[in-house]
Amino acid sequence: MKTGTDSTTRTERSARTGAGAPAGKAERRDRSPKRYPRLTQPLVRDGKDAELRPATWEEALTVAADGFRRVRAESGPDAFGMFSCARATNEMNYVAQKFTRVVMGTNNVDSCNRTCHAPSVAGLTAALGSGGGTSSYAEVEETDLIVMWGSNARFAHPIFFHHVLKGIRNGARMYAVDPRRTSTAEWADSWLGPNVGTDIPLAHAVGREIIHAGLANRAFIERATEGYEAYAAEVEPWTPTAAEKVTGVPAEAIRELAHAYATAERAQLCWTLGITEHHNGTDNVRALINLALLTGHVGRHGSGLQPLRGQNNVQGGGDMGAIPNRLPGFQDILTPATREKFEAAWGTAIQPRYGLNLTDMFEAMESGALRAVYCIGENPAQSEADSEQAVERLRALDHLVVQDIFLTKTAELADVVLPATAAWCETDGTTTNSERRVQRVRKAVHPPGEAREDIDIICDLAGRLGHDWKFADAQAVWDELRSVSPDHAGMTYGRLEEHQGIQWPCPSEDRLEPTYLHGRLWADNGPDGPSPRAVFGPVKHDPPVDLTDEQYPLRLTTGRRLDSYNTGVQSGSYASPLRRGEYVELCPEDAERYGVTVGETVRVTSRRGSVTAPVWVDPGLRPGLAFMTMHFPDEVDTNQLTIEANCPIAGTAEFKASAIRVEKLAAPVAPESVRS
Amino acid sequence: MSAVPLQPPRRLVEFTLDGEPVRVPEGSTLLDACRAAGKDVPTLCQGDTLTPKNACRVCMVEVEGARTLAPACSRRAEAGMEVRTDSERARHSRKLVLELLASSTDLSTTPRAAEWIEEYGAEPGRFGEDAATVAEEPKVDNDLYVRDYDKCILCYKCVDACGEQWQNTFAIAVAGRGFDARISTEHDAPLTDSACVYCGNCIEVCPTGALSFKTEFDMREAGTWDEERQTETTTVCAYCGVGCNLTLHVQDNDIVKVSSPHDNPVTHGNLCIKGRFGYQHVQQH
Repeated sequence: MKTGTDSTTRTERSARTGAGAPAGKAERRDRSPKRYPRLTQPLVRDGKDAELRPATWEEALTVAADGFRRVRAESGPDAFGMFSCARATNEMNYVAQKFTRVVMGTNNVDSCNRTCHAPSVAGLTAALGSGGGTSSYAEVEETDLIVMWGSNARFAHPIFFHHVLKGIRNGARMYAVDPRRTSTAEWADSWLGPNVGTDIPLAHAVGREIIHAGLANRAFIERATEGYEAYAAEVEPWTPTAAEKVTGVPAEAIRELAHAYATAERAQLCWTLGITEHHNGTDNVRALINLALLTGHVGRHGSGLQPLRGQNNVQGGGDMGAIPNRLPGFQDILTPATREKFEAAWGTAIQPRYGLNLTDMFEAMESGALRAVYCIGENPAQSEADSEQAVERLRALDHLVVQDIFLTKTAELADVVLPATAAWCETDGTTTNSERRVQRVRKAVHPPGEAREDIDIICDLAGRLGHDWKFADAQAVWDELRSVSPDHAGMTYGRLEEHQGIQWPCPSEDRLEPTYLHGRLWADNGPDGPSPRAVFGPVKHDPPVDLTDEQYPLRLTTGRRLDSYNTGVQSGSYASPLRRGEYVELCPEDAERYGVTVGETVRVTSRRGSVTAPVWVDPGLRPGLAFMTMHFPDEVDTNQLTIEANCPIAGTAEFKASAIRVEKLAAPVAPESVRS
Repeated sequence: MSAVPLQPPRRLVEFTLDGEPVRVPEGSTLLDACRAAGKDVPTLCQGDTLTPKNACRVCMVEVEGARTLAPACSRRAEAGMEVRTDSERARHSRKLVLELLASSTDLSTTPRAAEWIEEYGAEPGRFGEDAATVAEEPKVDNDLYVRDYDKCILCYKCVDACGEQWQNTFAIAVAGRGFDARISTEHDAPLTDSACVYCGNCIEVCPTGALSFKTEFDMREAGTWDEERQTETTTVCAYCGVGCNLTLHVQDNDIVKVSSPHDNPVTHGNLCIKGRFGYQHVQQH
């Protein structure tokens, strides 16, 4: 075995215990689970200054519906916005977007997929015509080369990484590209550690090397792609040496990756938020897709592009049309025939233009254009970049209805709070995973108190607003979706059960499609080639918006830990022996430079805010690079530091690149955040 | 040239099982063939997601012409074999193995053990009161799961699941020799000082309950664990986008244990710490 198992064990252990880190007095912190009480009854607020108080369902739904009706009457349908839920079922997302489009009459519907993988969807759609990952987990086990780019799957997607490990054990080589030498990188044949925000120069240099070494797949490029000439011209200046200067990755390592990727018979290119959470996330995704088009590593068994989604139903939410530019089945709103189909099915008129995405909606709150929000299962008050600004904007709304299982920070700002069910164990339905597999979610426990299923609540509100919807159960919703979405048409609940989930596209009940997408690129299509062809994206390097300078010399990047998840509402509730709370992680050299030790509380300041956090030392970091997570916002509100610099195409914020400084504190302070 | 060969389609091999002709795909084990033919051959160490380890010796069958009995879990079917699962020799072997296992370890939470002991007429008590046992207190060193080596039959499945066959964390291995052999962390440290990442994939494959959820352990201690009252519902994990299938074991509307279907194409029975243990947020108490 070429990858030393002992070293992996050792590193994973040191990543948790800090072994090998400089000794320091670690402050004792409460690591016991934090339980948020479930919401068990509706809450309403009598006027903006009043407290939330318990209410009956009848009263709460009336107040909620009246607010939506009033805002629509005063300011039109586009003053309404829906935050749908990437954590809920496909069925709920279908009903939520239908509520938005049919009951309220706007396309302003989005979800937190905006804060993570919207660039993957946008990039894959632009290049290949479909927003899904092109291959399947099992193909990673049967490939020759795996590139993990901006992805610490060992921690963030542990069971996907099992498939990677099978691939490695089967003989595949693995390359890890990440500014941090992560536990994923420990399994790599080679680790390339680019400076944060230099993925495009690195990818371009790999592409240029492939072209200059004569390893580009000319036949595939000519037959199945377009835009090659412009791409080749764009990458031409990025010699490995030029890229080394910008990325910090040795030219020789760039050449090695280029040759390995281009000469592999089959290769999988996988990425996560290290690629997408940048102000130019979609361009980053295009830069990676270009490499697959250059070498023909897409559209075949074992060769593909695999974005790893961060939430259980990020893929499905978009597939169900809970995004401002697509109708269910990922069908474009701008296509007249598509709109006509849905208008006939739903008996309504659909606006022939895209709605506002989550980022636009937050900006429209500030300008007053967006006045009412129906927020289902999302916590943007804590999960948005620059969270303080997000809270101010939510406060400015006339009418905020939050439907959730907890009283989140967002729910605390609401006019009406509706207690809902935990989709994954208290309802029936489906979710769609990162390999496009639609799988059955089943009700295992009864919800607490008066909590009700999301779909029931939405339908009750729709009824009060003049739309009498009757869905007998989740399956009835699914069957309606199947009737309007060709990609899902063949997925009956019975077949989903029989096959343990089915990957889209599944247009027919009679057969299953291949597990990979875009086989058309390799099929015999006659003289005109496949339709549509795959399109190169001649994207340009654009460094992070938040520049480091003398005042803010450190680059802060963010990520996920193995036992934790997002803002910690879910993952904080069980007794994880791995939990150690939030730290600002530095490399040993920087810790020495600032004269700080493990456990010592320091002030961390960006151009937007300031927090205090204890220091952790991680030898997987390098000088100038710091790391934090957003798992413990009540302890350290990391998103006060992050920048709301958004990708203009997908709207995703640059969580991965903030400029900060770390200062030693004169006297010890409590670990609560200190506002600047 | 591809470095990783794809599997060619498998041919069928024909042999005789308890006098009846059977056909199974090439590469199948005798145990696979027995199960396909509806024969109930007992086994403890065989794992449907793991490479056979031949550790427990409960599944021995007689192969015509062979000097010794063969473990059905790992012996591959060959054309023309004559296999007997129920011969006197095979039954006697199973009886003795069950007696040895049951006299030295606590099989009280091993599914079907009592049934097999009765079926084969095993008498574990015949070695006397002073038969050697492990005699160890359960190790409770974290809030997620318990290791009770009184119940361990040293089948190695947990070691394989933690090691190169699935998790590749290598937190546990076998320490010691002979009767003193134990599954152990490095230097017998508590799990909290080991490489363990609490995926619980060892619990998933443990055949005897030596490894168990702390919830199950506590409920058994309190006498409230009641599988008759439990439902098992398979759903999809609520954390990342990989889409792992979880089977929720629910008693009185509380999730008391989480397992994962072994034949699932996403998980193959494996989960991470969040999927297996991170369900508390929906519980009311």
